[in-house]
Order: sequence, then structure tokens, then C-alpha cells
Amino acid sequence: MNPSEPVVIVGAGPAGIGAARTLADAGLRPVVIDEGRSAGGQIFRKPEPELSRSLGDLYGFDAKPAQAFRADVADLEAVVEYHADTIVWSAEPNALHLVSCGRAFVQRWSRLIIASGAMDRVVPMKGWTAPGIYSLGGAQIALKAEASLIGRTVLLAGTGPLLYLVAYQYARAGAAIPAVLETAKPFNDLSALPALASGGATFARGLYFIAWLRAHGIPVLTGVVPVEATRGSDGRVNGLEFRCDGRDMFLACDALAVGHGLKAETQIADLLGVGFQFNVLQRQWLPKVDIDGRSSLPNVYLAGDGSSVRGSVIAAASGRLAAAALLRDASHEDEGLSERDRALIRRAARFRNALDRVFPFPAHIAETLPDETMVCRCEGLTASDIRRTVIASGESDINRIKAFCRLGMGRCQGRICTPAAAELIAATARIDISAVGRLRGQAPIKPTPLKHLTEIDR
Amino acid sequence: MTAFFDIAIVGGGLAGCAAALHGRRMGASVILLERGRCGAQASGVNYGGVRQQGRHPAELPLARRSRTIWGNLQSLVGSDCEFRATGHLKLARNSEDIRDLAAHRELLGRHGIRAEILEPAELRLRFPYVAPIYAGGSFCAEDGQANPRLVAPAFARAARALGADIRECCAVEEVSVSEQGFLLWLRGNPVPVKARRLINTAGAWGAAIAASLGDHVEEAVMAPNMCVTEPIAPLMGPNLGICGGGIYIRQTGQGSVVFGSGLGAADRDQSRARPLADVTREAARAAIAMVPALANVLLVRTWTGIEGRMPDGLPVVGASPRLGGLFHAFGFSGHGFQLGPAVGAVLAELSLEGQSATDIDGLSMGRFEKRSAAATRPSVIQPDNHQ
Repeated sequence: MNPSEPVVIVGAGPAGIGAARTLADAGLRPVVIDEGRSAGGQIFRKPEPELSRSLGDLYGFDAKPAQAFRADVADLEAVVEYHADTIVWSAEPNALHLVSCGRAFVQRWSRLIIASGAMDRVVPMKGWTAPGIYSLGGAQIALKAEASLIGRTVLLAGTGPLLYLVAYQYARAGAAIPAVLETAKPFNDLSALPALASGGATFARGLYFIAWLRAHGIPVLTGVVPVEATRGSDGRVNGLEFRCDGRDMFLACDALAVGHGLKAETQIADLLGVGFQFNVLQRQWLPKVDIDGRSSLPNVYLAGDGSSVRGSVIAAASGRLAAAALLRDASHEDEGLSERDRALIRRAARFRNALDRVFPFPAHIAETLPDETMVCRCEGLTASDIRRTVIASGESDINRIKAFCRLGMGRCQGRICTPAAAELIAATARIDISAVGRLRGQAPIKPTPLKHLTEIDR
Repeated sequence: MTAFFDIAIVGGGLAGCAAALHGRRMGASVILLERGRCGAQASGVNYGGVRQQGRHPAELPLARRSRTIWGNLQSLVGSDCEFRATGHLKLARNSEDIRDLAAHRELLGRHGIRAEILEPAELRLRFPYVAPIYAGGSFCAEDGQANPRLVAPAFARAARALGADIRECCAVEEVSVSEQGFLLWLRGNPVPVKARRLINTAGAWGAAIAASLGDHVEEAVMAPNMCVTEPIAPLMGPNLGICGGGIYIRQTGQGSVVFGSGLGAADRDQSRARPLADVTREAARAAIAMVPALANVLLVRTWTGIEGRMPDGLPVVGASPRLGGLFHAFGFSGHGFQLGPAVGAVLAELSLEGQSATDIDGLSMGRFEKRSAAATRPSVIQPDNHQ
């Protein structure tokens, strides 16, 4: 491979850096494109230099992997072509269209590894657009990157491992946590325990967070259905009404963080025309890949949470695997290490699947949202608007519903509203969620100022 | 099952759905066969311009009639489809363009369409957000814009409510001719649909259907590259275009700014089209040049669709030159959206009554058989593309 046939990696989180390391070790000089100002993705997000804190403070149990990651990145800087702060706004066969510092440029590629990560998945509730309400990931970014809390009295609601991690991090950082509100009933299903236990240290860590929270008097309520985020006279959130065990309850707060697992960011693969399939456990559409990360298109590979939400350890392994597959496909040699990573992924799959089972996306809440709940906030569509569109049009394909009522046409480009809206459509049309289909990707991948597209470099 | 429909329509774009509605209103039994979903191709993904100004003389009678229908959509199909008579402002780059616009104004007048020529000073006064770089413009107040995603489905629903048999996801594999009429063979169905008359509104696939029945014309494909921004506060009134084609811009009632320029990539065989990043970038540049306030506005989406393009840029509308009972309307070449409602009415009249009061002589398929004569057709103004 030579400079006229560039190998490009999108994303510099654990998966992207894992891939870059493997390619660099094989003597290649890949191009790495990353949205962040510094490598790390969401998990190893780096604070602004003036806010620097110790790795232990920042990453807790992940301090050691974070240190190894940082060392890897420092080491790679000399051997990869690295573009930080760069957004991929469109992807075409053999070309990525980028914007960096307000200027557009084009990066050719002959082989591409997409490691674009994941974002929060949220189910709306009444009042969720009030100031002071964040996604769990957003709350964590405030802490990691800006060394600030989203409030003094922070309520956390949702499902999944991130809920407990953020609660723990916020409590450690000095926030008052009135309660952790879990929409699932993860501790009821003992049948999942053996599979969860196969997670080893990761599982132990999760148990530790929950035990720590309880030991510090922070209640963890399960089977919660959020009803309404209430507002104070200043318009900001001041509490959450919810139901738990058949009782109506209320807790006051000055900030609320909500999240129901993660959602793979798959727009680049989508624009390129990669095949997708519905993953029942993760309840989302994911690109079709083999265990090494080969997509349905030649020369396009996927790794990390952007291909399937499985966490940072698997992300790194899948990045290495995708790079090794790329090398083999390009008839460079390498077989040795792949089997170890494949075994790691197979082992971890059992644990991840169990997590997806005990912390399911709360479809029951999404599909029964009260009519007046705002669902697509960009376009101002309530649950009722979406239900009425399904009934009036007789349509149940999410792209057709979009065409008729503007669902997902706003600034979030469907990122935020789609998971809940799809559940609403499926329930209203009485069809399986997978039959609702997938909102087709359209460039730009992120909203982009027109003038940034017109300033061309190179 | 063996009964003959009065009319079978192949293709559920705007022209086909409108033909179904008008056919039913005239009392005919109608079946419409759409391979995908009604209005999901070019009719549903175009720019949404509703414009008489700037059209070729051969299209003006249809455009005039269509404009009347656009104004009555609410009572006709139960929705105004967001049609608004915001006006259409066509900008002149130089004095030659101004002369063309003035001549075109005369032509429009002969068809009963009013347009006013604006001096640069008046242009700046009335449309201050337009860059002060134009030699003037022509404003047609009764032109405007609509939401293309809503229109063909609304016609299809209205036709269905009147008893038309609208079949979506129903591909016609083959059409043959028998003594009593047309036989339409559907995928996976051994019994053909029978109809006395056949209306071919198959868009970019229209020439292929025509060819299977002996009518041969060349039809290329095009994919207008469309862009839309985040919603912004009301900024622009009229739908904007420019002499010589190129960029066109409108702001929807909900605040988004829709614009287009140039062509994306189209693959007719795969039924796939996609915008091209380089074309989008050039469109962004041209949009800012025309309306500088758009520079900091966020682009949120781009799209395109597959449209048929005839060699002379004008659609084929009318009876088959060869085969009785066969009618065509396809190849709208990027500016069929405004015409669609009237095309449907004219097709229904032609097929059921043998004639229409609307003059479509210049759009007949026969014009390609005497190409040298057609090429000398007087053209006062270059028609805009893709509007």
C-alpha cells in the first residue's frame, strides 16, 4: 500500500487507535480522522489542559487502560497522519468529505475502517426539554472534559451500566444524588447471573458501583416509569414525577440525567451503502459485519461501538481485528494475533448479551408515552402527532412517516427522536419494531454551516 | 376478475395519481399500478417549486391550467399540500437577461400570466436579502411553492376515496396488447390486469414502457441535487431562480431553506440515486452568493431522486403516435412538479373523451420523429432546469 492508496480510519477512540496501532506495526501510515480535539473517544475523553486532573480522578477503574491508551496515542503520533477536530460530513466511494476549522477538504481512501462510536439513546418524557436535563453521556462529558457538574442535586434515570457509573462518578465528585432510577428490573432475573458473571472484572466493577451507591445511602429504585420532569418558576427542571411499584412518587433535583443505553453512530457506513440488519437484543439497526469487522462492501471495515455497542475493551479488540483483516485482504501478512482477539470477543459476547437482556431498552415506556409528550423536539412533534400520522396515512415505514410529518428532519437529524418514535410507530401500526425500518442516512452527517462547505483546502 | 378497467395507469407519481383522480371524477373505472410507493420517486423528492414563469411556450397552457388546480387543492384532495403563492423571482445577471425576461413577460401575458420586471433599485427595496449584484429581475406573484412529499400521496388518497384501485408495491413486468385492450402482467401473478386504455406515467422508466409497446424515444436520467437547511426565522418571500438556470432557493413556511443546483448520481437500473458532495458544496457557494445571510445557516440534509430527461428538455405528453388507447406523460426533465395536476386532467380527458381543451401539441412524442423541425421551435427564453 502506498500514499496513492490511503488507508483511512475514522475515529480515535479505543477501536480507531487499536486499528491504527495494528496498521502502524505492519509498517503502514494510516490516516486517522477524529472529531475530538484529542484522541480518546468518549471513554478516554481528555479535559482542557487548564482543567487537568489525575487519571485516577478522571477515569477511576479505567485509569490504567487510559494511561496505556495515552501512551499508545503519543507513540502513534509520529507514524500516523492524524487529523483532530475534523468532521466527516459526507462519505462516498473512495472519498471522505471533511470539515476542519471551518474549511472543507477531501480525503481519498482505498480502504476504510469506520470506528465512529456511539451516542446516548434516550426515551422522552413529559417536560424533558427543560433546561437542566442532560443525557447520561452529556453529564459525564461535563465532568470529564469540563470538570463541572450539571447540578448540585442530580437525579439519574434510565437503564444500563452507564447509569450506575455516572451516579458513582457524580457522587464521588460531590453531587447530592437523591436516587438512581432504573427503568429495568435488572436484579430480578437471576437466570442472567451466570452470563453476567462471565464478565469478570467488568461485572465486578458494576456490582461495586451499585454496592458503593447503596452504602452511601443512595437508593437505587428499579422498574421505574418516569412521568414528568417538572419545572420551577425559572423554567429549569426542579424534579421528577415517576411511578415505582404502583406508587406515584416525586423527587426534587436541580439537574436530571437520562439515558437508556447507547446507539451506534452508523451514518458513514449508511452513506456508503453498507448492508444493515436489526439487532434484536440491542434493539437497533447495525451494519452487517463478520467477526473481523468486514462489512458487506469490499474495503470497508467497522469496529467498536459504531458497529455494535459492546464497550471499550471489545472496541479495542475489534479495531485490531478490523486492521488485521484489512492487512490480510490486502495480502499483507498477519494472522498470529487475530485468534486471541476473536476469542476475547466471543467470550465477551456472552456478557454483553446478558447486559442487553437485563437492561433492555424500555420499549414499553416509549410506546405508551402520553399523547402530549414531545418526541421530535426539533420539529415540535408530540407522541400524538406521530400516532395520528401513522393512522391517517396508513404507513408504518419510518421514512414515509418522516416524509409526511417531518419526523427527524430537524437539527438532530433523527439522532435523538428515532428510537422512541420507532417504538411509537410500531405500537400504533401493531407491527414488529424491525418492520418500521431504518431512517435512511443523508449527508451532511452532522449539521454543517454552509460557509464551511465553500472554503476548500487542497 | 376478468373485467376490463376503463383506464390502467402505470406509475404512481404526481401525473399518474392526478390522472387516476380525474379519471374517477369523470366516471371511469381506474387502476393504478405503482412499483414502489406513490410519490416516492421524482414527484416526492423534487425542489417543490410551483412556477409558470421561465417555462417553454409549449408547457405554458399546461402550467396555466395546473396553477388553477394548485389553488384548489384543498377542495380537490383534502389538503393544500402546503402550496403558497409566495411569488417567483427570477434574477437577471446582465442586460441581456433583462431583455430575455421582458420578452418572456410578453409571452406570459399572452397566456394570461402577469409578471413584473424589476429594476435593481426596486429589487433591493423589496427583496433586501438578495445580494446586490443583479441587473434586475422578473417577479410573478401567483407562482409559489409546495411540499412535494405530500402532493402525489394526497392525489392517490383522493382517487382511492373515489373508488380508484391504487396498488402500491405492485410491479408491472410486461404489457401486451390484445384485441380488446391492454394486458398488464404483474410480478408473481399469472392473471393479467386488463384495461381498455393505458396511461404511461412511469417517469424515468416511461420510455422503457413506451418502447415495449413500439413507441421509441430516447430518455436519459437526471438526479437534481437538493439541499435543505435548519429552520431559520422568516427571511425570504418568493421562490428564487436565476436566468440561465443554476441555483434555486426557497424558504418553506416552517422556516427551512431548500435549495438546489447541479445534479447528483443516478442509477436507473438499481433505482438508486445519491447527492454528490462536490455538487452540494458548489450549491452552498451559489446559495450564499445569491442570499448572503445563508452563510452561517446549518445544512441538515441533502437528497435526490431519479427523474427522466428528454433530449430537448421537454416532457412527452399525449397520445401514442402509433397505438390507439395508449397515452404517455413522462420525461419531465426536472420541471414536472408544477405541471403534474394538469397533466393528470389532460390525460384523463384525452383517454376518455379523445381530446382536451388544453393545448399540448408541442409536447407530443411525434416531435422526435421530425427532429430537425422540432429543433427550430422558437424559444424565447432558456427554460430553467430542475425547478
